[in-house]
Amino acid sequence: MAVRSGVIGSRAASIGVWVASAAIVGYALVFGGYLSTIVAFALIYAIFVSGLNVFMGLTAQVSFGQSAFAAIGGYSSAVLTTTYGWAPLPAMLCGLVAALVAAFLIGFPTLRLKGHYLAMATLAIGLIVYEIAVEWEGVTQGYMGISGIPPLGIGSLEATSDQQILLTLSVLTVLVAIAMSRIRQSRLGRAFAAVAGSEEAASALGVNVARYKLVSFLLAAGLASISGSLFVHVVGYVSPEVFGLHMVVLAFTMIYIGGLGTVAGPIIGALIVSLLPELFRGLSESQDLAYGLTLIVILIYAPKGLVGLARTFDMWRSQ
Amino acid sequence: MTVCLAQPGTPVLEVLGLRARYGHIQALKGADLKVGKGELVAVLGPNGAGKSTLLRAIMGLTQNEGEVRFMGTRLPRRDPVGAAAKGVVLVPEGRGIFGPMTVLENLELGAYRVRDKAEMQRRFARVFDLFPRIKERLAQVAGSMSGGEQQMVAVGRAMMSEPKVLLLDEPSLGLAPRVTGEILETLGRLAAEGLPVILVEQKAPLALKLACRAYLLSLGRIVATIDPREVKSHDELAQYYFA
Repeated sequence: MAVRSGVIGSRAASIGVWVASAAIVGYALVFGGYLSTIVAFALIYAIFVSGLNVFMGLTAQVSFGQSAFAAIGGYSSAVLTTTYGWAPLPAMLCGLVAALVAAFLIGFPTLRLKGHYLAMATLAIGLIVYEIAVEWEGVTQGYMGISGIPPLGIGSLEATSDQQILLTLSVLTVLVAIAMSRIRQSRLGRAFAAVAGSEEAASALGVNVARYKLVSFLLAAGLASISGSLFVHVVGYVSPEVFGLHMVVLAFTMIYIGGLGTVAGPIIGALIVSLLPELFRGLSESQDLAYGLTLIVILIYAPKGLVGLARTFDMWRSQ
Repeated sequence: MTVCLAQPGTPVLEVLGLRARYGHIQALKGADLKVGKGELVAVLGPNGAGKSTLLRAIMGLTQNEGEVRFMGTRLPRRDPVGAAAKGVVLVPEGRGIFGPMTVLENLELGAYRVRDKAEMQRRFARVFDLFPRIKERLAQVAGSMSGGEQQMVAVGRAMMSEPKVLLLDEPSLGLAPRVTGEILETLGRLAAEGLPVILVEQKAPLALKLACRAYLLSLGRIVATIDPREVKSHDELAQYYFA
């Protein structure tokens, strides 16, 4: 079938979202410094939020516990590279497997729950993993945290300078975005959308709702784990606070500011939400106020996020 | 025109003593019915009689007891995906259309198990033949269509899975009489071509025009089986309702 539009379809202003994202990253690459650190964190969040977007945006489920999987990935990387001297890549893969196993064990029983119950169950997971990171001092060193984590790298190739780190993260973010757009248009994406539309209608059509919810949850957990690993390598240090509830709040803000269920949304959302506080830094005392107000204004005038705003603009122009 | 071509033999779908509940509330207290090849049967009854529950229970979407037999073998309980895979397909009340998706994407979901392109095309052609209007609207977002068109997409989507039995929950709900007539006519045509159809309707006269048999559901029980050819007037039908 040649016809393919509706949910997908991108035009001038929508492409503008991508150009804006690329421009921010490009600027940081060229000028480096403090800004490049902010953008690096934003890109790590972009990967985390892209995963959350599979679960929340494409499949319309709610999880407050994704920080747990970032913590599993992050701590696996930290412990394996420092205490056991592993290379970053195998440590990251090990963390990924651990996060997926955890997500499977948690998801299998809880994904049968619906709506608020599922959200509460995932919230509990986030809190439990946080407590483990605090209490399991023998491995995680509790609140002290683990320092001296080596930089990202494969073999003798290491990303140590700001530019190298930013470039590595940009490539990874683009790969994630390509994967997201593929998933959306695949059979799998169609099944996610059916579950999002109506679980009952989907199962009456023979779509195995429980299975696809689990797959969606695993994808989100996998990307969360990778972003957790990336974070600890970029910062070189990890402590339980890194993966606290604020991570979830920030990710939710990013996903709604960017545009729920879109490919570009998590990326532009992560960039904007990370940069806004810096933009208002000069306002000193009223900084938080300006930040909060801006978020509210965006959500009032662009309830479907920045990507939704761009789409509305495209539609308005084409009429 | 009633559709009543059933040959004697095992019915395609047979429901025996089916009960269903939501938590502690017993919404369906015992239903027996059957439908065969070339039959369209109607399930009639007032609001809250348990009509939707009956269809949902057949699909395995509720907690239920009793038996649903498909081609002589028992369907497992609470397994809507399994039932759909065998060919028991429900067009739910309110259509269950995926609003943000295009018509094309909705139809593709109906044939979710089909991976072969040529087979997919064949099924599309069949649905376009049933509902020519759908073909012109493939790229449209389903949620932006009229109620009647959405219902056509819902039935078309169900047909994409090549059902062996089609269950419809009030396809006329909220539709203009003309569109309702168009859709019911298509259902009649499908049944006449051999597809067993169970049609749940509140608008009894419409359903009785097509149905080979009608089951009257009241307070969760089937209280009467009606032969539509014997119902001559509205009054007579009303007697069934109030008896």
